[in-house]
Amino acid sequence: MTRKLSALLCAAALVAAASACSSASSAAGGGDATGPVTLTYGIWDPNQKPAMQQIVSAFEKLHPNITVNIELTPNADYWQKLQTEAASGTAPDVFWMSTTRIGLYAGQGQLLPLTGRSGFDNSPFPASLNSIYTVGGKQYGMPKDYDTIGLWYNKKLFDAAGVAYPTAAWTWQDVIDASKKLTDPAKGTWGIASPDWTQENLYNDIYQAGGWVVSPDKKSSGFTDAKTLAGIQYALDFITKYKTSPTAQQMTDTDPSQLFASGKVAMFTDGDWDALTYKNAPGLQADVAPLPAGPQGRATVINGLANVIYARTPHAAAAWEFVRFLGGQQANAIQAASGAVIPAYHGLGDAWVKAMPQFHLQTFVDQLDHAVPYPVSANTGPWATADQTILDQIWAGKLSLSAGAQQLKSTTDADLAKG
Amino acid sequence: MAVTRTPLTGNSSSAATAAASDALGGASKAGSGERPSLARRVVARHGHPREWVWGYLMVAPLALGLAGFYLWPIVQSVYYSFTSWGAFGGQQWAGLANYRAFLSDPQLPKAAWNTVLYSLLLLASIPASIVFAALLNQVRGRSVGLYRTLYFIPVVSMPAAVAMVWRWLYNGDYGLINYLLSLVGIHGPHWVSDGRFAVYAMALVGIWAVVGYNMIIFAAGLKGIPRHYYEAAELDGAGRVRQFFSITLPLLSPSIFFVSVITVISGLQMFDYVLLMLGRSNPALADSKTIAYLFYEYVFLDNEQGMGCAIAVVLTVVLLLLTAVQFRLQKRWVHYA
Repeated sequence: MTRKLSALLCAAALVAAASACSSASSAAGGGDATGPVTLTYGIWDPNQKPAMQQIVSAFEKLHPNITVNIELTPNADYWQKLQTEAASGTAPDVFWMSTTRIGLYAGQGQLLPLTGRSGFDNSPFPASLNSIYTVGGKQYGMPKDYDTIGLWYNKKLFDAAGVAYPTAAWTWQDVIDASKKLTDPAKGTWGIASPDWTQENLYNDIYQAGGWVVSPDKKSSGFTDAKTLAGIQYALDFITKYKTSPTAQQMTDTDPSQLFASGKVAMFTDGDWDALTYKNAPGLQADVAPLPAGPQGRATVINGLANVIYARTPHAAAAWEFVRFLGGQQANAIQAASGAVIPAYHGLGDAWVKAMPQFHLQTFVDQLDHAVPYPVSANTGPWATADQTILDQIWAGKLSLSAGAQQLKSTTDADLAKG
Repeated sequence: MAVTRTPLTGNSSSAATAAASDALGGASKAGSGERPSLARRVVARHGHPREWVWGYLMVAPLALGLAGFYLWPIVQSVYYSFTSWGAFGGQQWAGLANYRAFLSDPQLPKAAWNTVLYSLLLLASIPASIVFAALLNQVRGRSVGLYRTLYFIPVVSMPAAVAMVWRWLYNGDYGLINYLLSLVGIHGPHWVSDGRFAVYAMALVGIWAVVGYNMIIFAAGLKGIPRHYYEAAELDGAGRVRQFFSITLPLLSPSIFFVSVITVISGLQMFDYVLLMLGRSNPALADSKTIAYLFYEYVFLDNEQGMGCAIAVVLTVVLLLLTAVQFRLQKRWVHYA
């Protein structure tokens, strides 16, 4: 009797385990086109979830027959999970998309084009952001937020060295001169941190030098262009020539943003997303200025997220209603008030700027005037990964810039050729 | 990033574990002569086959799970290794293209060497574990539990947490290790961001993490050695060292064999420390990649799942061959009491 009982229990446990796996996928469904509809909205940032929930509530009030469930997946697992879901037809109806993945997802038919849908209007968003989310002449992403890069500086270290704070009039030479005066080996402080990070550092320098990363037809890369190399050389010189930046090894062991936050580094080009970190860093008195002008003038890379619709959603009409709402003024105003990101919608940056009055956050908004789209292609991931490995070797001094540039060019071009 | 081993390679390790313990059991069976196995004697005595039915029913939940979640994926992986994948599925037959591309990957020789080097270094955990187990065997009283717990904590710690703490210890400018070295006048290197040191730094953490597990196995092995052997040796005038090499080591050899098989298998699958201690942007990464890390890059960064399966198949075949070689060699040095 007891033996039978235990076998039964085992069998029951097995069935329970098996059925637990399959219950998750049925959540995406929810009635036909006329009846009540349930949408799933995939996001990855827990800090932004409250704002997203507010937006959803406002949307549900306007559309009583549509329910939106937010599905939060931590960034570490988000793309892996999304790709698996997309392959099996179970991705969320609406989800966040990044610039580095839009080419892959739109190019492989995983997203619905937004261009041509009733009421589609991309005029409130920065043109550079719209262009990144346009693939093959059609826009697939409704811009959600954006980020630009600024020159963060430590006021205490500037005061101690008697150097005037950076201004909008600064050029590369001003940064070089200041970095020399601000470097103090005895105290263990450096003038600047110049890692081989592309978005925060190198791409900006490349564009300021008049160089380019990926050609407009997305078929070749500009790593052997003399101007592109001049941009990379400028960033590298801080380590090899002027010795005013920590080395690649030092910045690998201790993240440059950590070095800046702890007052070891006087200048660091970094995005607006680290504002909160620097605000909360104990003892840090920092501010931010526009990026310096290079030989060809000013430039900052602009990057940002967008909301997209899954191609195989059974509720395309409802999903579009939701995405249109996400791209509207009301939803962007809610995002702005949360202070987490700069909303993509034109003129709504003020609330975000006012959230941290100790910094000149307006800098990030003003730099839109010379923003260059973050370079992407049909499949950005493979060459971006390969490039980083090669740049790491150049930064570590194991590869000369000229030899490394040849490698960057050939690897990137090979990946671009695959489409 | 949460890291899990692939089902394919993960299974090969558990299969080998089973094989290794089978070998141990098999040896003791041989020692007990011609008597029929326990199961057969039970059936012979009771005579009705219902016992068998119940046996299979009891095993069924586990066996079905094993077949569904381990064996079937292995079959699938082998099939997929001959296909080329799109980012969102839709695989096409590609023949041997994946294998050809992998074997001609310029990163392969370095990665293969790093993997072998790491596994060899990891084998150093065996003598260390034996010494600790022997010392622990001398400890009397309540403190045994305390020591055992202390040594076992690394085994049950999350690899991600372990990697974070060690990364901090290894920090070239502000790390504790270099601080201690500076006290004796040594200027320590950047352990995990310098290609010359990173593999050794990771191996040290690997050894530290596995010593506790090995030690428990050796401690059990030591307990199984009858005390009167030592008494007899003492009467014959053998010292402590002689006793260790003539009694302890030979009688511990089955445990040593088991641990060395497990160690080689886990060493060749090393991945987590590369990703967690070094990270994806690190000047030391190009010099420190392992085979399993190449697998990760192909599958999760480049979306080439077919290629990833090919790597997993190659790794599994290499593991099987190595384990087979170890089993052949054991006859020369493993003594079953």
